[in-house]
Amino acid sequence: MNGTPSLHLLWIPLLPFLGFLLNGTIGRRLSRPVVSAVALLFTFLPFCLVANIALQFHSLALPHVEYLNHWIVAGGFHADFAFSVDELTMVFLLVVTGVGFLIHLYSVGYMAHEDGFWRFFAYLNLFMFFMLTLVLAENFLLLFVGWEGVGLASYLLIGYYFDRDSAANAGKKAFIVNRIGDFGFLLAMFLVILHFGTLSFQAVLAELATQPALHGGWLTAIALCLLVGAAGKSAQIPLYVWLPDAMEGPTPVSALIHAATMVTAGVYMVARTHPIFDRSPFALGTVAIIGCATAFFAATIGLMQTDIKRVLAYSTVSQLGYMFLACGVASYSSAIFHVVTHAFFKALLFLAAGSVIHALSGEQDMRVMGGLRSKIPVTFWTMTAGVIAIAGIPPLAGFFSKDEILYQVFTSPMAGAKLLWLVGLLTAGLTSFYMFRLYFLTFFGASRAEFAHPHTPEPTHSPEASKGMAEATTTHAAPHATVHSPDPHGAHGEPHESPWVMLLPLVILAILSVVGGALGLPGEGNFLHNFLSPVLRVVGSPEAAENGALEITLALISTLTALSGFAVAYFFYLKRPELPGELAARFRGLYLLLLDKYRIDELYDTILVRPVLFISRYILGGVVDTGIITGAGFGLGTGIKGLGSVAQRMQSGNIRSYAGWLAAGAALLLVLTFFGFGTHLPR
Amino acid sequence: MLNEHILSITTFVPALGAILIALLPRQGKVIQWCALLVSLLTFALTLHLPAHYDYGTRSFQFVEDYSWITSPNIRYHMGIDGISLWLVVLTGFLAPIGVLASWTAISTRSKEFYFFFLLQQTAMLGVFTSLDIFLYYGFWELSLIPMAILIAMFGRTKGPAAAIKFFLYTFIPSALFLVAILYLYAKSGTFDFVTLQHMLATGQLGITQNALAWTAFAFLFAFAVKVPVFPLHGWLGDVFSEAPTAMAMVVAGKLGLYSILRFNLGLFPAQARLFAPWMIALAVIGIVYGSLVALAQKDLKRLTAFATLAALSFCILGIFCFSVAGLDGAVYQTLNEGLSGGALLLLLGFLYERYGTYEMPAYGGLAARLPWMVAFFVITSLSLAGLPLLNGFVGEFLVLSSSFATHTGWAAVATTGVILSAAFLLTMVQNVFYGKQSALVQGRSTIRDINAREHLAVWPFMVLMLVMGTLSPYWIKAIEPAVRGLASNPFGLHYAAHSEVRFTALPPATHTAEAK
Repeated sequence: MNGTPSLHLLWIPLLPFLGFLLNGTIGRRLSRPVVSAVALLFTFLPFCLVANIALQFHSLALPHVEYLNHWIVAGGFHADFAFSVDELTMVFLLVVTGVGFLIHLYSVGYMAHEDGFWRFFAYLNLFMFFMLTLVLAENFLLLFVGWEGVGLASYLLIGYYFDRDSAANAGKKAFIVNRIGDFGFLLAMFLVILHFGTLSFQAVLAELATQPALHGGWLTAIALCLLVGAAGKSAQIPLYVWLPDAMEGPTPVSALIHAATMVTAGVYMVARTHPIFDRSPFALGTVAIIGCATAFFAATIGLMQTDIKRVLAYSTVSQLGYMFLACGVASYSSAIFHVVTHAFFKALLFLAAGSVIHALSGEQDMRVMGGLRSKIPVTFWTMTAGVIAIAGIPPLAGFFSKDEILYQVFTSPMAGAKLLWLVGLLTAGLTSFYMFRLYFLTFFGASRAEFAHPHTPEPTHSPEASKGMAEATTTHAAPHATVHSPDPHGAHGEPHESPWVMLLPLVILAILSVVGGALGLPGEGNFLHNFLSPVLRVVGSPEAAENGALEITLALISTLTALSGFAVAYFFYLKRPELPGELAARFRGLYLLLLDKYRIDELYDTILVRPVLFISRYILGGVVDTGIITGAGFGLGTGIKGLGSVAQRMQSGNIRSYAGWLAAGAALLLVLTFFGFGTHLPR
Repeated sequence: MLNEHILSITTFVPALGAILIALLPRQGKVIQWCALLVSLLTFALTLHLPAHYDYGTRSFQFVEDYSWITSPNIRYHMGIDGISLWLVVLTGFLAPIGVLASWTAISTRSKEFYFFFLLQQTAMLGVFTSLDIFLYYGFWELSLIPMAILIAMFGRTKGPAAAIKFFLYTFIPSALFLVAILYLYAKSGTFDFVTLQHMLATGQLGITQNALAWTAFAFLFAFAVKVPVFPLHGWLGDVFSEAPTAMAMVVAGKLGLYSILRFNLGLFPAQARLFAPWMIALAVIGIVYGSLVALAQKDLKRLTAFATLAALSFCILGIFCFSVAGLDGAVYQTLNEGLSGGALLLLLGFLYERYGTYEMPAYGGLAARLPWMVAFFVITSLSLAGLPLLNGFVGEFLVLSSSFATHTGWAAVATTGVILSAAFLLTMVQNVFYGKQSALVQGRSTIRDINAREHLAVWPFMVLMLVMGTLSPYWIKAIEPAVRGLASNPFGLHYAAHSEVRFTALPPATHTAEAK
């Protein structure tokens, strides 16, 4: 095609699929070391392929496209199995295979005591297959394969502990909510077919480039439909509700799928199709507002959660909001930058949280943690790196990416950009606060483990309860406290550090979280920005002139905000640990509202789920179907009772009598035809 | 030699097998083995067709055309094109699996069962291959009778009632259908499909538009009941509940849909376009209604019935948009429904053999006990829910994307089906397999997972779902030339002369031109 050698792109997704087939079919009969070896190998090989591409990347003609086969050819429409690599794909390939491999490695240790070990790794490989298909796809339809596929893998992994109703419910909820997003994605594809006649990214973008005057109108419709899809996958308002529940899955799943990779697919999709969004200021504005609102909203919920994984889940929703905010101001490269750093530090945070949970034999409630600093030192130090990184304190990775987004928002010409910036800044402060709250509750103070036995949902109220417990115990005895039955790890007694297969990924991710910001240092030398600009540069918009002074001022403001979040958390949870409880008691309504996540799930249940089920069950299923439709048939049946009795006699069970009836019927028919109708027919 | 008579041989081998079975002694598994061999032979014969099919043309192939009865003028005319080709193969494919599914489920009166089972195969194959409408009608009626008898004989609890319901539902419209056929004969003097098609298209018959519309309606009504199309699905739930698995697998869908394509679009293209707005509305209602009602079902078989209604409504939607891609999708979806719906019924049958109930609330927590069963169930559900890379997606996508071009609003509503189908299928999977083990499941702790015979029956489905989901051009290359004729209507000029017929549904130019 373009003279470059084949990069064997097919094998990048296909290898994990082979791993899935192998472990999925015969994995049950294999020993655990063999299962893990298969899963690791079939994740590591794609990483090698990707690394190989990265090494020869400078010599490639981009985008490098490899056609394999037609997938669907009908009418004038066709969609192919075609993979393509460009700068954007490269970034995602490296993150997905790199972080993916590390999390596979971690899982070998984390899942060591679980039943269904083979199943877990088969699903994990299946996820890699779909995720890699998603980022390599050259057309909308193949992207949709990956899109739906990662949803499937997510469904299977969230419901991994399938004997728990909560896990099964969460898996189903995730899939259905994602399907609502996919509904939007499908409509977007239909519109693209209608107006472009093709689903190939290259062809669509080329067509757009030839029509520079095209703006708004149906392009806005396409962009908004795509946004519905992205909001489903990337957990944005109003479709974010599945992600917190997805924490029912094993922790490595939360790290890989629900933090580092899958949930960023929406951001990837928006970036991939950005020329469509660029033509529609309305759609871009919507993206920005939704992103900003989600970032803030989720952060406020994260403030009061007591389950360590839920805090991280809401923080993920909130960080994804930042990425959408960046897309909304057409600064796609800073969104991708945040995707990358977020993949590092959020995967790290989840894995470290998993290590904490592992150490505590399955405990996830922060109210009964505390004082773990010295007991699990490696986890503690790596978690420290992750918390500082997400809080946005320089010079760790999160600072640079978040600061770039805030800077881009501030300087955006969009109306109301300054307000978005302010909300973004406020969210940064909240983020810093709830992350340090998590950090202090988990690792500092005295251990509160003895005040609760881990498997009762409500911690017992006890006057000696450490003050960190006060927040929950004094004010809130309702069953809302989100202590879900934790991963059923075997009890090991004293908190213990995790094995090396779990610590190695932690250390690597910690290093990346510390130095990852170097990818996108502000100024002319912003490596990632320059690297991605062939794909993500907005045509027609001049490169914004760098304003050094403004940039430094804004950086200073956001650093101060992050530090104040830290200071408040320090004051509340280390200095005066009784304060949170007192405040919670005073502002009980607000506190409960936050703790109950604004009761959005209940709202959806009341206005959507229940009415639909009611209509299904009683109106359609009851009145219409049993009453009218079947009733009509029943009337038909009883009305011809005589025929019924004849038919009853027919059912003698005697084969000769059936044959007789058959023959008689056929004969009657023939007689009728020949003599009844045949006589007056022409000829 | 084989090519010249392959259709007759394929069609009548099962009937000969049925006669053989009638003569066999009731001893051991002799009858089962005989039925299995006959159905495997039939399947092998059907595979001869795609192997020797000329994919370049849209005309009928493997044609056999003899005068049978001179007065009335009935011909023995058989032949297949891209629409019927894969349906014949699908029928052949499902037959041995039907035998395997009945292997232990049918323990008494197996001679009667397999006799009628094989007769039913002949009837279905005959429906797909006949090109003489009288011959076709004979096979059509023949396909109803063994079905009704088997439902009555082998129903679980209310077999006879369900059989009568099925019989009345399908027989009364068929009588009207017969009147319409005879009316056409009276006007034309022929039952031959190809001749009739030509006469109708060139307007030689001198039938008024009004009479033609009523004739077409009589055809459509009989087929719509058999599909079934909303709101004519009243028989489906009872029949699914009562019919033996092997019968339930073939009772809905393909016969009716094929007939609509062949006759309503083939003979009465203008009238089909008249009915199209109604049919599209009914199809979209069927999708949403079927999915919503499936969501509320507690009985697995009834749930499957409504799921089937929704899936078949997609086919109707694709057919009545008259675009090439939509018709491709509709035929493909017909195959998919036969495949995935069949797989679901098969698996439900296995479940019933083990636990003796279709009541969903009685189940729970099976996943820990039956890992293969849950894997097959999930894959089948995903296929029905239209997961990309599995078969269901191709048909659904083609139908929805092309109907979106012509009927944007209806198509958008139909697309909500992807949400609802996921909802009821995953609810089913969850209720049966996940959560705590129910009392029923705990009480029968010795029950084993899928056995070798069952594996043999299920794996072909699983493999085909993946293959048809990824290599669709192999099938569509045969379908497309045939439906191209139905979409464009070669005699369109003639019909366009009648002012009341409007061709609003032709695909827009952008759709076909730019993609090239």
